Amino acid sequence: MTDEQRLEAIARDPRYQSLVQRRGRYAALLSAVMLATYFGFVLMIAFDKPLLAKPVYGAISLGIPVGFGLILLAILLTGLYVRRANRDWDPAMAVLLAEHAA
Amino acid sequence: MRRLALAAALLAPLPALAHPIAAGQQQATNWPAILMFAGFVALTLFITRWAARRTRTAADFYTAGGRVTGFQNGLAIAGDYMSAASFLGISAQIYADGYDGLIYSIGFLVGWPIILFLMAERLRNLGRYTFADVASFRFAQGPVRAFAAISTLLVVLFYLIAQMVGAGQLIKLLFGLPYGYAVGIVGLLMTLYVLFGGMTATTWVQIVKAALLLGGASFIAIAVLAQFHFSPEALFAKAIEVKTAAAAAKGLSPSEAALAGHAVMGPGGFIKDPVSAISLGLALMFGTAGLPHILMRFFTVPDARAARTSVLWATGWIGYFYLLTFVIGFGAIVLVGTNPGFLDATGALRGGSNMAAIHLGQAVGGNLFLGFISAVAFATILAVVAGLTLSGASAVSHDLYASVFAKGEADSARELKVSRITVLVLAVVAIGLGILFEKQNVAFMVSLAFALAASGNFPVLILSLFWRGCTTAGVVAGGLVGVLLALVLTILSPAIWVSVLGHAAPIFPFGSPAIFSMPAAFLTIWIVSSLDRGARAAVDRAGYDAQRVRSETGLGAAQANAH
Repeated sequence: MTDEQRLEAIARDPRYQSLVQRRGRYAALLSAVMLATYFGFVLMIAFDKPLLAKPVYGAISLGIPVGFGLILLAILLTGLYVRRANRDWDPAMAVLLAEHAA
Repeated sequence: MRRLALAAALLAPLPALAHPIAAGQQQATNWPAILMFAGFVALTLFITRWAARRTRTAADFYTAGGRVTGFQNGLAIAGDYMSAASFLGISAQIYADGYDGLIYSIGFLVGWPIILFLMAERLRNLGRYTFADVASFRFAQGPVRAFAAISTLLVVLFYLIAQMVGAGQLIKLLFGLPYGYAVGIVGLLMTLYVLFGGMTATTWVQIVKAALLLGGASFIAIAVLAQFHFSPEALFAKAIEVKTAAAAAKGLSPSEAALAGHAVMGPGGFIKDPVSAISLGLALMFGTAGLPHILMRFFTVPDARAARTSVLWATGWIGYFYLLTFVIGFGAIVLVGTNPGFLDATGALRGGSNMAAIHLGQAVGGNLFLGFISAVAFATILAVVAGLTLSGASAVSHDLYASVFAKGEADSARELKVSRITVLVLAVVAIGLGILFEKQNVAFMVSLAFALAASGNFPVLILSLFWRGCTTAGVVAGGLVGVLLALVLTILSPAIWVSVLGHAAPIFPFGSPAIFSMPAAFLTIWIVSSLDRGARAAVDRAGYDAQRVRSETGLGAAQANAH
């Protein structure tokens, strides 16, 4: 089997299609969460600066937990994706590729 | 060195470990700092020598032979990212405006998850040395690589300016050298690293420095918090008090002064209008995914899994680092801004506005720690500059020379030679621009590089990876429109048109061009590709399926070893 034929065979394999689809959907979901929260923050800066400056605890303004929360969220989302990829998708892809190599 | 020795001899009677807070005593020569500094440079040169012995082929030079692990690469990426802009620039921005600095930090960070979800593994699966390998995968090599080389050089130059300015101010402050000499020294050292050590050296210098910088920044942040009994609230309250007092001293009424003081806790004057805010937000988030020296790091790891792991480590370290810079910036307001020893006659920071974190290092850790943190900051800059230069050089040698001019016929040795000549040219240009842009905030300069990357490389990569209909003509036209529009608007914006070129009013009033240039790029790629009926366009579209499978599976991925 040539390389090209092998690529085509994989592309036609329903397990490959469903794996790529699941992975793509998860990536799209996590991207959407990051985009929505970050641009929510940006829009607050653009249109309602006083809201972020409002004190919530002593001198601490709302902007501090929001900002730190975004940083932690970015790390968390990255971690979620890596865990899922390492645990579910990598093994499934390895099985698939091994079969198509034969 | 002669100049240093002379200055040292003149100042020798001064006690080297004078009380750090005393005014005016750390002028010019500071022996512990200089020794620490020299030790650092020696260490990095030693790493370079070690790496030089392992750098034989083009693959070694560009991608460290693909032998870097995910954890190591994560630290190296974090190192690339914790540049002068992040450490000096953001802390300086927080020192000046408070909360505004955090807007940069967040923007710089949130691009990482997006890179992971959409690009990291696919880049590794399709590319070998530069992101152009990926962008041109199914397209005509010549035009796409020529575009990639142009946009890489533009992004790299803007990014380089920021690093040169930071380094120049640092050396000037520490050694009392004129700014021009200081920038020259940085240019010389970075040339040495890149020429002899290549990617192996820059990666290891980056890793060592990342670890030391994280350690040093942690120490400063903890030392600052300790003075406030580990209550961030007390730190912020004191910062408000300091800023209020400063405003009152300028003659504001008590109520106006209180308002000015509280402004540090919320977004303020740095982003004036909604358009600039959104534009900067776009540039920061998507710029990361278009930075050539960052994308290049994904080719130094053996496979997609390692690429993924490296993003997780990088995001974690960078996020932690930005939390630290926030504390450092506020610490500087309280401990540096109130200490006349760190200020000049007009109340501005001695050594330039970007030196807040360095002064804070001395305030909490004395001269020895000042030396340590200056040395780390300097090594930071050198390492980032080296990585940038390397990616600029590979764009010229691998994309422009080997693929466009030699049509893939160039041998590894010739390609390396072109690469090394490019390094020299870039160093000279960077030194010149570094001198020209002396007064700019370095975080801001970097945000301009991000805007260019978000407007050229990012749309090209995304559409070539995910859109079947994309064609050679489309990516070249759209990429060029994006990056050139971003460049022109940046030149017409207040930062360059007014601050550098001295005109009275900017032609383009907003702080960042991305809100216009990024959609322009996407739109142009879409329109040109859709109208493209040429024979090449048919080949481009037909190549999509195979590219997709390769990008998803890693089948046939380059091992990054020399063949």
